[in-house]
Amino acid sequence: MLNWLKRPKFDATVERREMPSGLWEKCPRCAQIIYVKELERNAKVCPKCGWHHRLSAAERLSLVVDEGTFEEWDGGMTSLDPLSFPKYAEKAREARAQTGSDDAVITGEGPILDVRAAVGAMDFTFMGGSMGAVVGERITRMFERARERGLPVITFSASGGARMQEGAISLMQLAKTSAAVGRLHDARLPFISVLCDPTTGGTTASFAMLGDVHIAEPGALIGFAGRRVIEQTINQKLPDNFQTAEFLQKHGMIDMIVPRTDLKEALARLLRLMLPHQPAQDARERNDDRAVAGR
Amino acid sequence: MIEPSLAADAPRDEIERRLRQTEDELAQLSKISGGQELDLKDQIARLRARVDALRAALWRDPTPWQIVQVARHAERPKLPDYLSALFSDVVELRGDRLFADDRAIFCGLARFDGRAVAVIGHNKGKDTRENLERRWGMPNPDGYRKAIRVARLAEKIGVPVVALVDTPAAYPGIEAEQRGQAEAIARSILVMSQLRAPIVVAITGEGGSGGALAIAVGDRLLMMQYAIYSVIPPEGCAAILWRDAARKEEAAAALRLTAPDLLAAGIVDEIVPEPTGGAHLDAPTAIAALRDALRRALDAVREEEVPALLSERYAKFRRIGPFAG
Repeated sequence: MLNWLKRPKFDATVERREMPSGLWEKCPRCAQIIYVKELERNAKVCPKCGWHHRLSAAERLSLVVDEGTFEEWDGGMTSLDPLSFPKYAEKAREARAQTGSDDAVITGEGPILDVRAAVGAMDFTFMGGSMGAVVGERITRMFERARERGLPVITFSASGGARMQEGAISLMQLAKTSAAVGRLHDARLPFISVLCDPTTGGTTASFAMLGDVHIAEPGALIGFAGRRVIEQTINQKLPDNFQTAEFLQKHGMIDMIVPRTDLKEALARLLRLMLPHQPAQDARERNDDRAVAGR
Repeated sequence: MIEPSLAADAPRDEIERRLRQTEDELAQLSKISGGQELDLKDQIARLRARVDALRAALWRDPTPWQIVQVARHAERPKLPDYLSALFSDVVELRGDRLFADDRAIFCGLARFDGRAVAVIGHNKGKDTRENLERRWGMPNPDGYRKAIRVARLAEKIGVPVVALVDTPAAYPGIEAEQRGQAEAIARSILVMSQLRAPIVVAITGEGGSGGALAIAVGDRLLMMQYAIYSVIPPEGCAAILWRDAARKEEAAAALRLTAPDLLAAGIVDEIVPEPTGGAHLDAPTAIAALRDALRRALDAVREEEVPALLSERYAKFRRIGPFAG
């Protein structure tokens, strides 16, 4: 189910519309005006209140993958309009033009502090990060290729769920991606799922919740059903912290909440721990304390 | 011949009301004529013809939204009807061994054609009391975890799984989120995609998004003629697209959620025919058609070796999803 979740307090779209100049931005959480360069220097974490602003897939990759090493897989795939769904072709075209991406995920290979990994980053700005055939196919191929090449997988999810405009075809992407995760697990290769703001609906109900380790960014909205749907069903208001990363950790769904500025290190440390049989060459060559401590 | 007073575009429930009325008259008349030597043949024949005409009127070129209504019909056969008609030696297995026994999902062992199978199915209730207990067939995570447990049992004892799908959605509630609704659905999909036992799935009513898919990953996917399978309910789709849930009829058409649509998309393998007007108008005929289809599907999957079954199952879902480039 696709959940277009908009929490009234932190609406990034509204924020962008109000501040088009590009020099200054208003933090959707603390409402402070922040100098954009300062925000970017701080990995888009608000220097005033610590709120983690949403990242595009490209920003995400440049933050975690070693500089200049990312090799994209399966670029150039674009969605069809298999149901001739009202306005879909137009919306997809607009999203491509606005984001400069083919669809809502970028996948590929890139070392993280010299540890080789397959990495997939979703882009919430592309039609709400929704998963249709292209997203499903790219993610599936990433898991399949990682398995063939003996690579661990890291995904960064940011998605409202399945792409409504592709109907049951997008629902089947849940099955496709989950089955591919299963095969990676069979090959005993690690999978780290990083759940970013927001991850909901069919994306949480498939690969994003099937990691060996689940990491979330502070404050991220993570859940299955949309807040409004739940409130209408049970006829009561939900608490503010409902479906936050912290709420999920308390309920046993998330291993750790890692601030974005520490994420790369945390991922590299985990990968090294989970790949004990891989030659430690890379780490030894790097000749630094962190790598030695990691072994 | 339709009753003269009935307009061509009469609303569905009005036609249904007339139909039931005529059926009752017919039943009464038949009873009387059976008891005595009264010559009521003409009258009976006329009533029969009227019943047929009313059914046809109900079902002339149904719109996707009409099919949605039939799929959700309160009197549509539900899991207990299929269970008692198609299976013998039914033994219910309750609880997920973790937290609760979710009444929205039925699990058990039973015989189909005399041979043991595991049955997993959404369990809509027949009245309000049952529906409160079963959340209108909308499972909590505990339901999916029970399904996983029983699927694994099927694998262990080497029997096929028969999954009967009929749910509006996974339950959207506080406890469901606390206990990991998304994880439970994802895990169930994963487990069923790798289960070393044959799985035959039948969408009998509503195939409501992830809540349905969680138990709908299998080797053969059957779909009743007037069942639906959709990524989102038409009402929700309309609310998002046009900010107007009332445009559900347009949304139902746009979503391509009918059995022929799903067959064309390569998602469903076979459509199980229903009586004119829908399974609720003649449940025995509908259930018999499902029996035939299940029998053929089970015979076919039982023939296959597990490794072949698994790679075909993977390939089946792997190829769904057209794209350019």
